[in-house]
Amino acid sequence: MLEIVLFYIAATVALVATVMAMTRANAIHALIYLIVSLLAVAVIFFLIGAPFAAALEIVIYAGAIMVLFVFVIMMLNLGEKGDKQERQWLQPSIWAGPAILSVVLLIELVMVISQTSGPVSITAVSAKEVGLSLFGPYVLAVEIASMLLLAGLVGSFHLGRRYLERDNLEKQGGQ
Amino acid sequence: MDGLNIPLNHILLVSSLLFAIGMLGLMIRRNIIFILMSLEVMLNAAALAFVAAGAHWGQPDGQIVFMLILTVAAAEVAVGLGLVLQVQKRFKTLDMDHANRMQG
Repeated sequence: MLEIVLFYIAATVALVATVMAMTRANAIHALIYLIVSLLAVAVIFFLIGAPFAAALEIVIYAGAIMVLFVFVIMMLNLGEKGDKQERQWLQPSIWAGPAILSVVLLIELVMVISQTSGPVSITAVSAKEVGLSLFGPYVLAVEIASMLLLAGLVGSFHLGRRYLERDNLEKQGGQ
Repeated sequence: MDGLNIPLNHILLVSSLLFAIGMLGLMIRRNIIFILMSLEVMLNAAALAFVAAGAHWGQPDGQIVFMLILTVAAAEVAVGLGLVLQVQKRFKTLDMDHANRMQG
């Protein structure tokens, strides 16, 4: 019984934090709400019997990926001017149309989901089973994921390197 | 941890709500950083649905797809944030509408 109550609390926290993250003007504030949302989803993972997924969610999503965002926002150094521009872009006349359409789609999705039969229970999956399956039948997927990460590494290095090089060139030209 | 009685419907409901919020954020925002954040929320919602389905069938496949989604999200964010730096450098703004032409 306790886990059901905890699940609903975590789900509420996740939804509220995500809504707050999507409507903030300041990027850092939005990022902190997003981290809270990811932590709440990690709690949900733990409660539905996926402790390994919960650990990965915290370590990789809330840890590594969000730190990347923080670094880039710090490098951009937007400040007060960026906040004012964001508030100007967040007028209700701009987002009312998309909001109504996506709420309609959401209602359809909720109707489809709620048509499936009553309470269906779930069972826990241990980390050992995940590991055995990951390096058994799914070993090709692991290889493809590693190649994708390599491509991401090379791509981001290329983009970031040109950014830094031009900065240096301009400074040298200025001197 | 066997016999957890959280209804699958409600987990899928939370997942679809998160996905809808992410999609809304994607549509109403013009700042590239917020667009990337919305994409993260949407990927996370899809991952939640996969893990819930895997827990429903008692199979590890859901969590493996979750790991693949995590890999895709990491690679996407790395390249996307590199592009954010380039856009800020070139157009002096983060407005997506300024970067709609592929000029060199």
